[in-house]
Amino acid sequence: MITLETKNLVKKFDGVHAVNHLSLSFEQCKITSVIGPNGSGKSTFINTLTGLHEIDGGSVFIGKHADITSIKPHEIGAYGMTRTFQEVRLFEQVTVLDNILVVLTERGVWGSLFENHTQYHLDQAEAVLKRVGLWEKRNELATGLSYGQRKLLEIARAISMPAEIFFFDEPFAGLFPEMIKVVVSVMQELRTKGKTVLLVEHNMDLIRQLSDYVFVLDSGKLLAEGTPDKVLSEKAVVEAYLGE
Amino acid sequence: MEYVIHLLILIGIYGILGLSLNLVVGFTGLLSVTHAAFYGIGAYATAILLTTSGMNFFLAMFLGAIICGVLSLLIGLVLSKFKDDYYALGSFGFNIIVFSIFLNWQSLTRGPLGIPGIARPSIFGYSLSDNMPFLILTAVVLGLVYLLCRAITNSSFGRVLKAIREDEQAIQTFGYNTIYFKLTIFVIGAVLASLAGSLFASYITFIDPSTFTLNESIFILAIIILGGLANNRGAVLGAVVLILLPEVLRFVGFPSDIAAQMRQVIYGLILVLLMLYRPQGLLGEYKL
Ligand SMILES: Nc1ncnc2c1ncn2[C@@H]1O[C@H](COP(=O)(O)OP(=O)(O)OP(=O)(O)O)[C@@H](O)[C@H]1O
Ligand SMILES: [Mg+2]
Repeated sequence: MITLETKNLVKKFDGVHAVNHLSLSFEQCKITSVIGPNGSGKSTFINTLTGLHEIDGGSVFIGKHADITSIKPHEIGAYGMTRTFQEVRLFEQVTVLDNILVVLTERGVWGSLFENHTQYHLDQAEAVLKRVGLWEKRNELATGLSYGQRKLLEIARAISMPAEIFFFDEPFAGLFPEMIKVVVSVMQELRTKGKTVLLVEHNMDLIRQLSDYVFVLDSGKLLAEGTPDKVLSEKAVVEAYLGE
Repeated sequence: MEYVIHLLILIGIYGILGLSLNLVVGFTGLLSVTHAAFYGIGAYATAILLTTSGMNFFLAMFLGAIICGVLSLLIGLVLSKFKDDYYALGSFGFNIIVFSIFLNWQSLTRGPLGIPGIARPSIFGYSLSDNMPFLILTAVVLGLVYLLCRAITNSSFGRVLKAIREDEQAIQTFGYNTIYFKLTIFVIGAVLASLAGSLFASYITFIDPSTFTLNESIFILAIIILGGLANNRGAVLGAVVLILLPEVLRFVGFPSDIAAQMRQVIYGLILVLLMLYRPQGLLGEYKL
């Protein structure tokens, strides 16, 4: 079932098309990868869908009816979307545990004023931090973590959201092999749970291993699409990458 | 002894100012340089209400807090359009505007002449005209403000404030409409500062605009930068150190007029040295 769909999506920076009339759709229970050379518009695509950039044309739908073309960043959670960032964006001078708790607790001003986290929130945070091996570090500031740990914390924060649609912008970049294993299992579990996963990644082995479907972008345009085996053997795709 | 009590009362008042500004600057990362305006609004509202109607001090303090809350909401709404350096500059502007109003709306504030003859509080007919009981009142207010600040910063709300300080857009993507959080803490900070203003007006029994200048806002900022941003105890410690510092100078033999001038130099020097060697302040949990 299609959960997220763009129609002729356009995003321009100073007249240059970073996203050039993209009509892509993403399905439940699937990991859909968006790949392409550097600067092909992958991150911009995610940023427009999550309200970080205003859209210059086209539209975005969630489910059948919800038009979210002019969504604001604080509204994406209500539509069941969550994300990570290519350049890790943690709450740096805040503890590892609080980085997770803050996405679990009350969203309203009044509610949050009269609440601290509950045992339920703490259990959830413990589970997710143990999953990525950061529970021992819970009382350290995020800023003190290693690069790989920071990346894992950001992924842990995203999967702590009660979301249906997950955007991961290069979640494997710079990770050690054992960390990669953890993230692979996180993605597979999301798929099993029926979530919609959009993965941006450069590592072709991981793309092959994880994706159910692949979109290839080049200069903001759709160059190819299909199963990973089919797409990765296409001549145009290989050339786009080698042409870098 | 009388003088020690006087210093302790000042520490109490500046402790309240430090605690309340720390909510905005230290915890939320909004570099507000307009705190003296809210301190002044509280002081003027109380002074005017007390001198014109002779109402009870606590009622005047309460009404002053409400007036300050409404005005800070308006100012906060305008400031919410700005970020970072522009926020600081904008808040700067508001301090100057409010100061000019104190100075120029003479029919209300008597302008540069100031307002004399402000009554000391009285509780059940017992007037706090002596400084010792006034110190107790100040300590009680300081204690309540401290407990309130601690409750706020230990709540889920407080955690959201820190996330806003670190990366506002990132915390938005997790479903927080941050403008409401920023406005709420700005108004809470302003209302608490107005309480300090009410205490000050009634303690000194005379106020004029010169107390509520931009310099005063910078002084309050220095208190929390020295004591430690995003740490409630640090805000009080900062007030203790900066109020006692000129006294220490006098004690070690500086003549008092030189000590008073040295004060400014030393505040400035402390700020520069802190930024260089200990940007998180004495007890701080956050670097600007
Ligand atoms: N905020 C911005 N302002 C101006 N130009 C931008 C901005 N963000 C992206 N661009 C431009 O848009 C184009 C697409 O960039 P984008 O970051 O989306 O590429 P990408 O596919 O994610 O690349 P990479 O693999 O390097 O992450 C590039 O030409 C980039 O320079
Ligand atoms: Mg990118």
